[in-house]
Amino acid sequence: MNNKRSQIVSFSIIIILYAVLEILLKTGNLSSLFSSLLIPVCCYMAAAIGLNLNVGISGELNLGQAGFMSIGAFTGICVSGMLSGVISNGVIRLVTAMIVGMILAGVFGILIGIPTLKLSGDYLAIVTLAFGEIIKSLVTNLYLGMDSRGLHFSFVQNKVSLEPGGKMLLNGAMGATGTERIASFTAGVILVLICLAFVYNLMDSGSGRAIMAARDNRIAASSIGIDVTRTKMLAFVVSAGMAGAAGALYGLSFSTLEPRKFDFNLSIMILVYVVLGGLGNMTGTLIATMLLVTLPQMLRGLSDFRMLIYAIVLIAMMLITNNEKVKIFIEKMRLRRKEKGAGNGEN
Amino acid sequence: MGKTDDPVLKVEGLGIDFGGLTAVNDFSLTVYPNEIRGLIGPNGAGKTTVFNMLTKVYDPSRGTIIFDGKDTSGMTEVEINRAGIARTFQNIRLFSGMTVLDNVRAGMNGVITYGNLSAVLRLPSFRKQEKEIRERSVELLEIFGLKDDMDLLAGNLPYGAQRRLEMARAMATGPKLLLLDEPAAGMNPQETEELMDMVRSIRDRFDISILLIEHDMQLVMGICEKITVLNYGMVLSEGTPSEIQNDPQVIKAYLGD
Repeated sequence: MNNKRSQIVSFSIIIILYAVLEILLKTGNLSSLFSSLLIPVCCYMAAAIGLNLNVGISGELNLGQAGFMSIGAFTGICVSGMLSGVISNGVIRLVTAMIVGMILAGVFGILIGIPTLKLSGDYLAIVTLAFGEIIKSLVTNLYLGMDSRGLHFSFVQNKVSLEPGGKMLLNGAMGATGTERIASFTAGVILVLICLAFVYNLMDSGSGRAIMAARDNRIAASSIGIDVTRTKMLAFVVSAGMAGAAGALYGLSFSTLEPRKFDFNLSIMILVYVVLGGLGNMTGTLIATMLLVTLPQMLRGLSDFRMLIYAIVLIAMMLITNNEKVKIFIEKMRLRRKEKGAGNGEN
Repeated sequence: MGKTDDPVLKVEGLGIDFGGLTAVNDFSLTVYPNEIRGLIGPNGAGKTTVFNMLTKVYDPSRGTIIFDGKDTSGMTEVEINRAGIARTFQNIRLFSGMTVLDNVRAGMNGVITYGNLSAVLRLPSFRKQEKEIRERSVELLEIFGLKDDMDLLAGNLPYGAQRRLEMARAMATGPKLLLLDEPAAGMNPQETEELMDMVRSIRDRFDISILLIEHDMQLVMGICEKITVLNYGMVLSEGTPSEIQNDPQVIKAYLGD
């Protein structure tokens, strides 16, 4: 039950870190720089867990995770803004915003998946790459306002005329301003835990086996009655939905958010977390995300050498985690542990 | 045995063209319940193409395939499998990144009725069905002599075991007709002998029909009740093993003039 062990490790890492950080936060021992990173790290983790299901387990390259986060973020901000007069409880508004963000991102996932996932090859990568850019351009040009008559939107600046008392939710290239920051670190940790549990449980079920089978051999999977397109779609949409929920949380943790924050670089960054942590390895993804978000901050003291060291660490981690000898060593350790376990069982 | 029953598979006038090239033409075949049928022929005769048409990897250009009394035209690969045809591949196609047990369990996806939500929430319906699937899979692995290796990755199995796992995975889908594409390829005579016993025993145990492509004549002549010979995409001859062995046309196709 090697699987169970790695699941317990992932959950413990998150819970222990949460406890430690929460104590540091409450006692005021955490620098403002680090405390400002807490919610984004949770968002990146949730988006990376989803992406790992899509890239690592389903084996389809997705270069548009930032696009889905963007949809989630701006949907979440709008939903929260619209509900601010109706629901005063921030937690309920946050959860509603995240669910709506997740659903909308998932719907976009379905729309993109229908034409692309039927084909084998890199089509999904190309289309998601374009999708991320399209979403960025769309949001950059979107003006959305709300007053007592309802919602008004335009793609031309200053075309949205509002009644007195109305407010702008999205301001084109400036994005969302004056957002009420209802996101919390606790909500982020809960999101990560839910995403983890979701992916682990899905992997260990009929659908999970179908997803892996479709990745390993498309033709053989069809020959045993697995609908390859459907299983790939499932992984892709779940991935998009998680990015949407993470985006909503991300968006509601800043008072201002520009659309260009969700650019191609962010998609690649999340992909790097996944690849570095190991394809299909959720614990690795979590650790890689934490390290790579905090490392540049910790290296701040090195000033000019900061990005150099960062790059070296990246390369070193790639080489180590993908080295055949290291893999063999890990496999040996695993077998030894198993033999021990079997020996104990007999006694 | 056999003849009085309705055929499990009835193929008539089957043909396929790739561009201007006719790979298989006017292929007919009738397989009865509980029969082991051999499909032989020189390299490039179109044997695997016939398998690919039966399982809808290729869409036939002509002809009809009646399986279990139903016309299969318009069915997809997935629907064909659900209808009851399972196959193995000439060049082994396992899910090499998954464990041996999971390879077989993946073959049982057709019986799953729980939804993804109950899987994620680990509801009782999920637990109950997963337990059944696991038990049945272990049972199958035992029949194919793979029970001790069930936690290994399929890609790490020795060659002969990989072939057996492919058969176990195909059987997991609960077929009525099993298509074996060169099951003995690369096996030594002793392994081939064991394979013959295994093919016979799964036929009897699960009461299925088997259609197999094979170059190993010892195996084909040893276990097939009837053999169809294919040459240049057309049926050259059909008959019992002894009839085939003495057919001058078959001898000519294999040895030349």
